[in-house]
Formats: sequence, structure tokens, C-alpha cells
Amino acid sequence: MSNVPADLKYTKSHEWVRTLADGSVEIGITDHAQHALGDLVFVEVPDAGRAVKAGEACAVVESVKAASDVYAPLTGQVTAGNAKLTAEPETINTQPYGEGWLMRLKPAAGALAAAELLSPADYQKLLDAEGG
Amino acid sequence: MGRQTPLFKLHQELGARMVDFGGWDMPVQYSSQIGEHHAVRRAAGVFDVSHMCVVDLTGARVRAFLEHLIANDVGKLRVRGKALYSCLLDEQGGVLDDLIVYFLSESWFRLVVNAGTRDKDLAWIRRHAAAFGVEVSERADLAMLAVQGPQARAKAAQLLQPAHASAALALGTFVGCELGHWFVARTGYTGEDGFEIMMPARDAEPAWRSLNALGVASCGLGARDTLRLEAGMNLYGHDMDESTHPYESGLAWTVALEPRTRAFIGRAPLEAIVARGSPRKLVGLLLEDRGVLRSHQKVVVPGVGEGEITSGTFAPTLERSIALARVPAATADKVQVDIRGKLLQARVVKPPFVRNGKSLIS
Repeated sequence: MSNVPADLKYTKSHEWVRTLADGSVEIGITDHAQHALGDLVFVEVPDAGRAVKAGEACAVVESVKAASDVYAPLTGQVTAGNAKLTAEPETINTQPYGEGWLMRLKPAAGALAAAELLSPADYQKLLDAEGG
Repeated sequence: MGRQTPLFKLHQELGARMVDFGGWDMPVQYSSQIGEHHAVRRAAGVFDVSHMCVVDLTGARVRAFLEHLIANDVGKLRVRGKALYSCLLDEQGGVLDDLIVYFLSESWFRLVVNAGTRDKDLAWIRRHAAAFGVEVSERADLAMLAVQGPQARAKAAQLLQPAHASAALALGTFVGCELGHWFVARTGYTGEDGFEIMMPARDAEPAWRSLNALGVASCGLGARDTLRLEAGMNLYGHDMDESTHPYESGLAWTVALEPRTRAFIGRAPLEAIVARGSPRKLVGLLLEDRGVLRSHQKVVVPGVGEGEITSGTFAPTLERSIALARVPAATADKVQVDIRGKLLQARVVKPPFVRNGKSLIS
């Protein structure tokens, strides 16, 4: 069973979104996603300052088996990529919702409200439907 | 749903993630692919390779048949049980499959061919066997376990009665022998020492459980792929196929053009290739930048031309990315690889990358 924390929002493409106190958001891939990918060996995160659009491929996570794009859940400007993952990509396997975060974004005006995000319950339903 | 080996239920019980491989439902990993890889490099692991197709060839003229059928020369096989790796070529010199042939007696040789090419191979072999009066029997009754790693032989020998265990441990590399209902061979696809054991299907599950109890890790096809690539071994359908010949597939060493009187299938086109020189070659690549090499990525050789990666992965033993790539023959020691639009630096190296647990990369 995958872990789906109750305090996060999710996407259909298995990213999670956490709203931080300053109004920016932190983004990562879900426990289900890291498990499906297997042992992660390479991560490419965006540089601070990069503008991303909702749905745009903005990071890459690679396991031994395959490379997978990570999509921006909402439009905004990157404020940080998680540099720790360069040397320790396996952090995503062990702490997908914590130290394994991928990037932080400052949402564009209205972008958070406009984003098509799933509640934990709806994301769990998606996983159940996928057999995961 | 694909075909299932005699170990299918056990794989499920052990929590394996199953995938389709050549029409078979096979375990890709049990826990961690990297963990399984290290278990084989450092201790011992067991793989279910029962999907591979075992074919017995019998008849008075079986040696003559194989001299005609395959590109390597069974004339090299003089000691009973000795094995030989070879390509099976079509009339154009394209690679139909790669296989291992065991010499069991002057009227009995055994082939092990790939699962994904089973139907094509059997049809091809039967078609050519008729003229030699050779009988072709698929041994679907056998399961096959590969036990690999520095501790593999010692562990696997504990499954055998004492007399058989000493016989198995006395086997030279690339030699097999019949021990009761089992056929034990000192072969493998990992770059480590070990056995491949063919056994009646009903023996497979108890053998696997006994190996687990002896500390031999269950390993899936994921680890098998990273191990074979570190060992510089080709995978059929990726590194060579019918559209490529052995000289551009790193397999020149498996083609026996001597003796010149041996008329094997594909000989004439291969001689022509040797005479004019192959325009392409298969090389090993070591990525010098960060990233992961993958099959089908474009290789750019400045001033020379372009090529393509045929197999690529993250190599757990080296903690770097490696690949096999088909490139222009004039390629020297440096290339670039196009990964998502960026050109990254890679060094051309001679496979294998790893052998017997040790990195061969300087």
C-alpha cells in the first residue's frame, strides 16, 4: 500500500504539492511513483529562476530501469531545486514526501486556485483504480 | 497473460514484480534491483531462466548439422559437456539469435536459445535439420536456474548429493555435466562464477527455497540486465538482431572462418564483410558527465559520424552509467551522447566493464 499523506495535494501524474507558510509550494513525486520507478540513480531538477507552466516537464527522475519526466503541477517560478538529490537520488525512495522533495515554486497569480489538483482521497481512488 | 515458468507462483509468493519478457510473465525484481545486483557481485543470487528454450539435437550426423547451422565451430567441442557460444545466422549473415551449444555425445548436442526467438529458432532449426536426419526436441519439461556470484557454486553444490557435488565443483569454466536428473553447467550471464542448472520442472521450487535458505538472494531480470551489461555481454534484440551482422555487434570472436572448408549458413556474406571491412562496430561507452545512457540515444562522433546506443544503464558496481553502442568504425576514444537534447561526454572503452566483482575501468 502506498503512503498518501492527508496534508498534501496530488496530480494524476503522481506529483505531490505542499503549500508552505510563505505561499510558495514544494513539489515532489509520490510514494507510489518512487515505488513504481524502483531504485533512483539520477535526478535533474530545475534551476531557481526558471519559469514553468502547469503541465510542463520540468524535472527528470531516472531509476535503473527508466527515465521519467516530472510535470509542473501549476504555473510559477522556481525558487529552488533540491541540490541534495544530485549526490543522493535515493533520498526520493526513502523519503518521497520529506528530504526527497524536488523543487519549490512561487505560484503565478491565481495559479494555485487554477491548478487541477487532487485531494488525498481522490488520489487514493486513482491509485486503487490503477491497481496500486 | 503470458506464459508462466514452473516458478511463477513462488515468484508471486516472494513479492516479485512481474513483467512481460518475450511473451513470458517473469520477475523483474523482488525488493531492490540494485540490492539484487550487489548480492550477485558480492555473494550469490538465483535467477529463474526457465523461459529460455532448451533444445536437444540427436542423430548420427548431429555434429555435421551444427557445423552447417551455426557460425562458431563445434569442431572446438571435443570434451564431453563442453559449451560454445555462437550466433545463429540467416543466409545474409544477419543474427537470428545467439545461443549456447553443449556437446553431450557424438549423437546428442543441446542448445539453449532465447525465449523471445523460440518459435523462429525452432522453425529454422527444424527446416535445416531434416537434411541431416537430426531430431529436434524442445525440452519444455525442464526448468533452469542460474545461480551466480562468488559464493554461488559452493552454495548450489549443497543441493547435490556428495558425489554429485564434487563432480559439479570440479567442472571447468564453460563445461557442464549430467548429475542424475539435473544438468549442471559452469556458465552464466553475469560476469561472475556460478552454475546454470537444468532440472525437471517439479524440482525447481524446492531448489529455489533451499538456495534462499542458504542465503542465496532471489534476483530478477532487472539485476540480470545490469549484471550482463557490466559484463559486456550482448542482449539479443537490443545489441544485435537480423538487421545486423556479428562484425558490427562485437561478436567477431564467435565467428569461425577457419577451417575454410566449413560451409555454414551466412558464411559468404560474412567473408565479403571481412574483405571490405565492417563500416560499423559495437563499443563500450562510459559516461563522463552525470546522467544515464539508454538504448536508442544518439551517439555523435565529431568529424566521423553518428551512431546509436543499443543498451545503456546505470551500472551499480561502478556507480556510473555505461552502454554498448553501434558507431562508425573510425570512432576513436571520445564521443558525445544526445540525452534529451544535451550533448554529454562519453569515453569509448573495451568491454567488459566488470568481471568477477572487480571494475575493469581505469
